[in-house]
Amino acid sequence: MVALQAKKRKINLGKYFDFPRHTPLRARTREAIAGYIFVAPAIIGFVILVAVPIAASFTLSFTNFDMINTPKFIGTDNYQTMMHDPLFWQSLKVIAISAFVGLPLNLVLSLTLAVLLNHQVRSIAVWRTVYYLPTVVAPASIAVLWVWILNPEFGVINGALRAINIEGPNWLGDSHTALGSLIVVNLWAIGSNIIIYLAGLQGIPTELYEAAAVDGAWGWKSFRYITLPLLTPVIFFTLVLGLIYSWQWFSEPFVMTRGGPDNSTLTYLLYAYRNAFVYFKMGYALSLVWVMFAIVLILTIFVFRSSSRWVYYENQEGM
Amino acid sequence: MITTSRKRRRTKNFVVLTIIILGALPMLFPFYWQITTSLKSPNQISQWPPTWFPWPLHFENYRELAEQVPLLNYLKNSVLIVSLVVIGTVSSCSFAAYAFARLNFPGRSFIFLTLVSAIIIPSFALLIPQFIIYQKIGWYDTFYPLIVPAFFGNAFYIFLLRQYFMGIPRAVEDAARIDGAGFLRTFLYIILPMSKPALVTVAVFTFVSTWNDFSGPLIFLTDDNKFTMPIGLIFFQGSPRSASQTHLLMAMSVLLAAPCVILYFIAQRAFMRGITLGGVNR
Repeated sequence: MVALQAKKRKINLGKYFDFPRHTPLRARTREAIAGYIFVAPAIIGFVILVAVPIAASFTLSFTNFDMINTPKFIGTDNYQTMMHDPLFWQSLKVIAISAFVGLPLNLVLSLTLAVLLNHQVRSIAVWRTVYYLPTVVAPASIAVLWVWILNPEFGVINGALRAINIEGPNWLGDSHTALGSLIVVNLWAIGSNIIIYLAGLQGIPTELYEAAAVDGAWGWKSFRYITLPLLTPVIFFTLVLGLIYSWQWFSEPFVMTRGGPDNSTLTYLLYAYRNAFVYFKMGYALSLVWVMFAIVLILTIFVFRSSSRWVYYENQEGM
Repeated sequence: MITTSRKRRRTKNFVVLTIIILGALPMLFPFYWQITTSLKSPNQISQWPPTWFPWPLHFENYRELAEQVPLLNYLKNSVLIVSLVVIGTVSSCSFAAYAFARLNFPGRSFIFLTLVSAIIIPSFALLIPQFIIYQKIGWYDTFYPLIVPAFFGNAFYIFLLRQYFMGIPRAVEDAARIDGAGFLRTFLYIILPMSKPALVTVAVFTFVSTWNDFSGPLIFLTDDNKFTMPIGLIFFQGSPRSASQTHLLMAMSVLLAAPCVILYFIAQRAFMRGITLGGVNR
């Protein structure tokens, strides 16, 4: 295919347009030079902002770098310290709970909502807009707003509970309810997964449902045997992205609880942030981040490996 | 037979619509509560039962907020940073994406894959070394760390634009090339005008993520005068000044949320395109 195109272009240049400067080789060199010039900013940016920092952060994770003294190589000390650091284990527990509870909740809820919003009911476009709306709002704004809604004394939720004679908990101030509250607040901005699923649902040909209805499959059955299998590539996509992002959860815990009470909402990155920018234990913070990266990488590989068993591709070459 | 199935469908749609509306309440009510709280007097805030429809509306809360925090300063900083970042991101990403989509050069797919695969690196791992570099070159507590990187491309948007450019028929370009236009001119006068929807998508997503970003300003800025809206709000919330000033906190969070909400209403299609093209967000 490419060879064919190249051949065509050669013919074009040579036969119909008599520019002596444009010999085929020359044209190709010029194109390559133009290509490098076009991508030069991106490559420079990648080297300075990504490649060098990756190398530096990996190297520094084996040092005691603290921003003041020259970093000293301390081998795997940081990684060993971690094993005996109760806050490391606490933050790992917090983020594992939020990822393994929050992510499935997010996927199930957004898929359910997408199926509902895929019906041609009155003013459906307006409702889709409504469900996506919280997603564009700044996390800082969302966090400040929900702190007020969850306020134990004057908040509207506990007020409503009081009206039916229930004394609501101190949602964010109690170590039993704080993490759960944050996970639920995080579900509020569920819109982008809904839109991704909606696009997937709209790609399923309606004839399939009609044919299935003739065979007596509709409702749950048609969802289970048509919608769900055909949607698995989309579910796979949202699962992988969700996995990568859910482990980096930072904004709500940072603004709403500062990791408290009793470190019950100390997410992994919040703990790394504290080490880096509050205690200036840069080396230790970096080793924390690399351990997280390793965990997420293993989980992602696991999901990719498992995908051949549950992800359905209509035409295999589509991959 | 036909009438029963139509009846059944009508009942089903009614049930679906009811669930959708019930589910929309928790989506919308917080916004209502945010806006109305920002227009209440401090007395009304601690009342129960609450004032559902505050009257008169206390618009002076917003003036009071501007007296308590350097609000105009925050707005000015945010607008400056966001507009430069949008310009930088759209131009640098479209340049690179064009080369990856159309120009042949050795190592093209290797370079492209390397750029894109870096997306899975947690940004925090890069933030610390970047912080050290910026401090070394005297960029700490300036806007440079927040603006300059935008002019050097963003892997995700390069990926998105490349997809779009590849969908443009080659014939259009060949015609221009035959007329003697160079690569730059073909790109600027043929490709870019044809890619407006994709460029708008990149622009709105860059706008939203930059306007909303608080980890960047949190780490790179310390001077209160240089704060952007999100960290302005977070520091106001964390300071003792904000105690029993919920109406002012809500006023500021409304001002922080408003630009992106308005942009979303104006450019809804651009948002939808972006999400379905590749799950941009967060």
